[in-house]
Amino acid sequence: MPAQPRFPAVSRLLHWTMAVMVLTMLCIGVAMVVSLGDYHALVSIHRPLGIAILILVVVRFVNRLINPPPPLPATMSRAERMAATASELAMYGLMLVLPLVGWGMLSAARYPIVLHGSLHLPFILPHNAMLYAVLRKAHTILAYLFFLTFMAHFGAILFHTLIVRDGMLRRMAP
Amino acid sequence: MSTHLEAPVQTQRRPLSTASTVARLALIGVALALVAGAFAYLGGWLTPKNLTPARFTDAFQRVDGVHAGFRRNHAKGVGVSGLFESNGNGVRFSKAVVFHPDRVPVIGRFSLSGGRPDVADSADAVRGLGLQFNLPDGEVWRIAMINLPVFPFRTPEAFYERLVASKPDPNTGRPDPAAVQAFLDRHPETVQAMNVIKGQPLASGFDNSTFHGLHAFRLVNSTGASVPVRWVLTPMQPFEAASAASSGQAKNYLFDALIAQIHRQPLRWQLILVIGQPGDPTHDATIAWPAGRERVDVGTLTLDRVDAEETSAATDINFDPLVLPAGISPSDDPLLSARSAVYSQSFTRREGEVTQPSAITPADVRRRD
Repeated sequence: MPAQPRFPAVSRLLHWTMAVMVLTMLCIGVAMVVSLGDYHALVSIHRPLGIAILILVVVRFVNRLINPPPPLPATMSRAERMAATASELAMYGLMLVLPLVGWGMLSAARYPIVLHGSLHLPFILPHNAMLYAVLRKAHTILAYLFFLTFMAHFGAILFHTLIVRDGMLRRMAP
Repeated sequence: MSTHLEAPVQTQRRPLSTASTVARLALIGVALALVAGAFAYLGGWLTPKNLTPARFTDAFQRVDGVHAGFRRNHAKGVGVSGLFESNGNGVRFSKAVVFHPDRVPVIGRFSLSGGRPDVADSADAVRGLGLQFNLPDGEVWRIAMINLPVFPFRTPEAFYERLVASKPDPNTGRPDPAAVQAFLDRHPETVQAMNVIKGQPLASGFDNSTFHGLHAFRLVNSTGASVPVRWVLTPMQPFEAASAASSGQAKNYLFDALIAQIHRQPLRWQLILVIGQPGDPTHDATIAWPAGRERVDVGTLTLDRVDAEETSAATDINFDPLVLPAGISPSDDPLLSARSAVYSQSFTRREGEVTQPSAITPADVRRRD
């Protein structure tokens, strides 16, 4: 196995913490909209977890500036590098935009955004029914897009690990 | 991939045999399929017969049609507003800010059950009152009440079954009596609840109706102690029994009377907390708690303004019974989460639609001096 430079420990911690949070979030999101009995419990987790992801993605972005990622393995072609960079950008973007769209759509509906107890978020958009409806749809579409991006990411790392065998996973392994 | 292996890597791996490559690719395929399958399962794609908020809302639309911009149930209504004056008696049971002795603004909506926004008023249609209390710390409390003392259905599934059975037969224009009877045979709790409902005299209008929160909730006070509770709004307008027949009445007679009454003088209700005892069922809205439970008057609701759907702030409020301030929590009643889910579905659908004019127009609610 070729030696690979690893991501700094802080970056790896942020990556795996957020991986768990985002996957949990996508699963809760897709399950809650088809649930009657568990709807309230799932929504009550969905909102604070979404805000936690929003905060962490900002931390992660700052960390990326302080701790730049190691160079990509030399085994990767130009096209692969571009795909990797694009999917990384997409995931950063979605981690930022999805919670903001969620916060925005509840704001447009003037739906209280309770995090815990009496702690609630301020509204970030004007009260507008149609704006709510559009953002609500966008929230779903972006979430599916996120799941597809995750699948591409997961498939790519499996491919590198099992077929190319260039030690790509070691860069981020905990 | 062969071109990549020519790149200057430090250690060259032995090339994989064709069989090994195929096996490894299959493994990747299986891993991806498992993840996608788990996601699809959670999203309900593998269980298309399960009852979901969307299917529940579809059932309302099948029975009453799609009326763009309107609630899928309790479609006909008017907005009201006023204030709630708390007397402080609730502080003993709940730390919720709404129970501090103070006045808080309230927005509400009176409605009739069913998904038809142009339905003719009738005495036996279920009357609804949704309220939103805007608390000074920015918290919101929403309640959805009706004029029945108990709810006819114990579970969301039973409600759905009854809804499907109530779909009018295209030939007779009426629900199939056999389907309704079959439902009642399967649900003795509904028969029992209907008897309780029939045993209560029906009030003549919205103004003198008692509105029930139906579900149990839990109140938590500042020491952390928790009690089960149900709430009731009892009218301060004198009771008058509904006349035997609503036939011959104007199409909007219940709403017309409400509008005239509010213009004459503010309408008032007392908010009563019924405090449950250990062992009182909190998961079953079809059963009333035993008589003699402590009833605490916690304040007065005054409604002094009425607006048509076109101009009322209540129109774009989803009266989700689980929008609760700190100090009030849901009970284990399965209908609560289901209502929250289905209301949200109905809300999302109607907010994206261009609203048609409502049956009660802005001209109808204007004061006539």
